[in-house]
Amino acid sequence: MTSQTSAPEPRTSPGAPPSAARDLVDVRRGPTTWTGLWFVLPFLAFYLLFLLWPAVVGLGYAFTDRSLAGGPLSFVGTANWRESLTDPALYDSLWNTLWFTVLSVPLMVLLALGMALLTDHARRLGWFLRLSFFAPFVLPVAVMTLIWNWMYNPSLGLFNGTLARFGVQGPEWLFSEDTAMFSVVIATAWWQVGFNYLLYLAAMQSIPKEVYEAASIDGAGTWQRIGRITLPLLARTTALITVLQLIGSLRVFEQIYLMTMGGPNFATRTVIQYIYDSGFVGLRVGLASSMAYIFMVLIIAASIAQFRLFSRKEA
Amino acid sequence: MVTSTTRPAAPTAASAPARPLRRRRVTVGSTALYTVAALAALLWLVPLLWAFATSVKPEGETTAMPPAWFTPDATFEAYAQVLGRGDIIRWTMNSLIITVIVTALTLVVCVLAAYGFSRFDFRGRSWLFALIIGGILIPPQTLIVPQFVLMTQLGLVDTYWGVALPQVVAPVFVFILKRFFDAIPRDYEDAARIDGAGSVRVLWSVILPLSRPILTAVGIFTFIGAWNNFLWPFIVTNDPEMMTLPVGLGTVLGQYGIQYAQVMASAVLGAIPLLIVFLLFQRHIVTGVAGAGIKG
Repeated sequence: MTSQTSAPEPRTSPGAPPSAARDLVDVRRGPTTWTGLWFVLPFLAFYLLFLLWPAVVGLGYAFTDRSLAGGPLSFVGTANWRESLTDPALYDSLWNTLWFTVLSVPLMVLLALGMALLTDHARRLGWFLRLSFFAPFVLPVAVMTLIWNWMYNPSLGLFNGTLARFGVQGPEWLFSEDTAMFSVVIATAWWQVGFNYLLYLAAMQSIPKEVYEAASIDGAGTWQRIGRITLPLLARTTALITVLQLIGSLRVFEQIYLMTMGGPNFATRTVIQYIYDSGFVGLRVGLASSMAYIFMVLIIAASIAQFRLFSRKEA
Repeated sequence: MVTSTTRPAAPTAASAPARPLRRRRVTVGSTALYTVAALAALLWLVPLLWAFATSVKPEGETTAMPPAWFTPDATFEAYAQVLGRGDIIRWTMNSLIITVIVTALTLVVCVLAAYGFSRFDFRGRSWLFALIIGGILIPPQTLIVPQFVLMTQLGLVDTYWGVALPQVVAPVFVFILKRFFDAIPRDYEDAARIDGAGSVRVLWSVILPLSRPILTAVGIFTFIGAWNNFLWPFIVTNDPEMMTLPVGLGTVLGQYGIQYAQVMASAVLGAIPLLIVFLLFQRHIVTGVAGAGIKG
């Protein structure tokens, strides 16, 4: 939390239930018991109408042959689920999503760490480094993809043009099944790493200077200070960034869709795009809903597992 | 923390000999460090610089090989043509309207909810809170199909409200704001209450002024998120007139073919609004990220 006040100690009895329940104990009992609900109500209305209702209705759709084009509707039992679960294309898209995650998470954590270390040590360049490393994060996805598609252009782009100058034949980048995913990951790292970078930077700058000064006096060099002080103290931040990046990467869709449309030959089609394709191109709302639910369960399971792991590390 | 060094004493005889050595190492090391840092930062700017370099070339030179960073015939012709077509201005206005709606509504409903959860007890409070926090886990991307069906039923497809309303649901901000409100001591409000202030008044004139940093951070991140949101606006708008900037740039622009200077001019124009916001609010963004680990 942003500095200041240490939270007032909750007045719990020892051994009170943890987490959410504990969060709620410290309340001054007001004269009316309903006032609080009035404050919650507007958010609740949005929440119920635009999140919970679609989630419930979507589950219902998954048992019907509902089409986006309209037409008669009938209950089809588990047909959509069986079709989804035996659909090799769904597994391919799951695999692509996972592959993107495996490639992007370590890259975007390590890059962020390196950039933050640079910024933390090259203090006099601070504003310039922050500007240049974080600026891509605020670009709309389409701006990013327009620029990178242009740079990746195999015959006219900056990359292959520059390589050609040195007599090197550049790869096909987005146009080859072998390189498309890597290309997308590189562009994504450039675009989104700034957020992780800021998290790291903030954590580094909250390490008290005295710790470093003490280490210097004891004769520790820069690398030793980084290895023995900075990195260990950043373990929690690293865990947090990894979790957030993992959850973010699993939800990937838009930059890949705009860069490759899922191609070539579906080599980069992610789950979200497959759901989109089934629902909005194939018009099969029922089938798309069952896929969405399968994916939602996987994501929630992964998120919970991550947070478990993370909070254990923290403890 | 290391105990022995609460305060490094002023240079003593003992530390003196170490000094020149340390300083020299720092100098050699820092030259290398600053060189690496500056190169890394420049490298990171290459895509943006290249987009700009392309956008000011005459259309005939954009595809010249090998690629040239500078053209003797720099021109803003591409910008004039893009702006002359007008759609990018229209999309920017759409984005602005939608983003303002989303940011304002998100701030209002999340602040109210967080205040309600933080300061009042009411029946069903704990499970309502759990329900809302549980919503953080649901990836909104998986709800696009039923959300679109809902918008069709409500007649909100291709409208500002249709794009904006579903984006207002941000359980994570309720959580972050509640945590912040919880940490504000009650004494301040007690004084106000004794003066006869009601609950709304307390929120407005006690809690909110004390929450400026977190409100700014939540506001900025909602703004950036809504401005850059792609999937939902992409799904709920078909009419190019109603598209947001990211959607318009992403879908319609492809039809202009291979006028690379114009495409890059559009990209630069599309980048400018948020780059300005970023430059204006740089400090708030940095502290906001630091403060809350927002977005998580």
